[in-house]
Amino acid sequence: MDQFAVKVFVRLRPSVLDPAGEATKSASIKLGAEGIKSLRIGKMIEVKIEGNGENEVREKIDLLCDRLFANTVIEDYEYSLEKL
Amino acid sequence: MNNFTVGVVVFPGSNCDRDVSWALEGCLDIRTKYLWHESSDLSDVDAIVLPGGFSYGDYLRCGAIARFSPLINALDEFVKSGKRVLGICNGFQILTESGFLPGALTANKNLNFICDDVELDIVSSKGGWFNNEGEKQTIKLPIAHGEGRYHCDSDTFKKLVDNDLIALKYKNNPNGSSFDIAGITNEKGNVLGLMPHPERSCDEIIGGTDGLFTLKSLILK
Repeated sequence: MDQFAVKVFVRLRPSVLDPAGEATKSASIKLGAEGIKSLRIGKMIEVKIEGNGENEVREKIDLLCDRLFANTVIEDYEYSLEKL
Repeated sequence: MNNFTVGVVVFPGSNCDRDVSWALEGCLDIRTKYLWHESSDLSDVDAIVLPGGFSYGDYLRCGAIARFSPLINALDEFVKSGKRVLGICNGFQILTESGFLPGALTANKNLNFICDDVELDIVSSKGGWFNNEGEKQTIKLPIAHGEGRYHCDSDTFKKLVDNDLIALKYKNNPNGSSFDIAGITNEKGNVLGLMPHPERSCDEIIGGTDGLFTLKSLILK
């Protein structure tokens, strides 16, 4: 069995309003940071998982992302995978 | 309605289950039974309410974890058999997360938790959940949510319109919902999800009775 560290990034789709991102952008500007054109907030999920090779682990992570980690009506996801 | 029993689902974090039960039993004399989320035996209830609250702490997304409970797994057969399911607030979120209703619910546009009475236009009486005989009707129901902004894309909206699935629209959209949508049904009409709380509007002494019709319609066959 191989073990992998996976980092999943879940983001609101570009077409979906992100009020938390807008509020944070507004605070960033108040802090004095200049030049912020856009600020959107997502989630990062770290998973340690084992399986027989990368392909099998990718299948498991795809299922988790599609059915649980993200709601694909409003969110997109991507992930990176590192063999431990 | 002697033996008709409405199942009121209790998840860890549900907090409107008793309100729903009180409204049904105390105001409408409809028998209720609490259903623990780990139960998958729905054989002795005739309709189901998924009440408001914060199931599983609303972790990950509202309704996302509840979707995997044994009870929600069993709900598929229940819905297919034509029996009626009402999802209120967190219950609506669970119904969209689990695919019984299209779209999704996410953070209010102004990020506030909004607790208020709102005016709603009855758009459709599909499934008999609302009374809109004759002219367009408006009702007033309380809302209490932080993540009640209904979102759907334009293709889904077209399907909702073409199939007469939009039950309720906000008169003054409080949370930024797409197309002012406050409640929708499935195509068959036996599943309704809405953000407002009909169970909190069942007695004049607490401010109104506009929720009675919807709760009473649970016992329609």
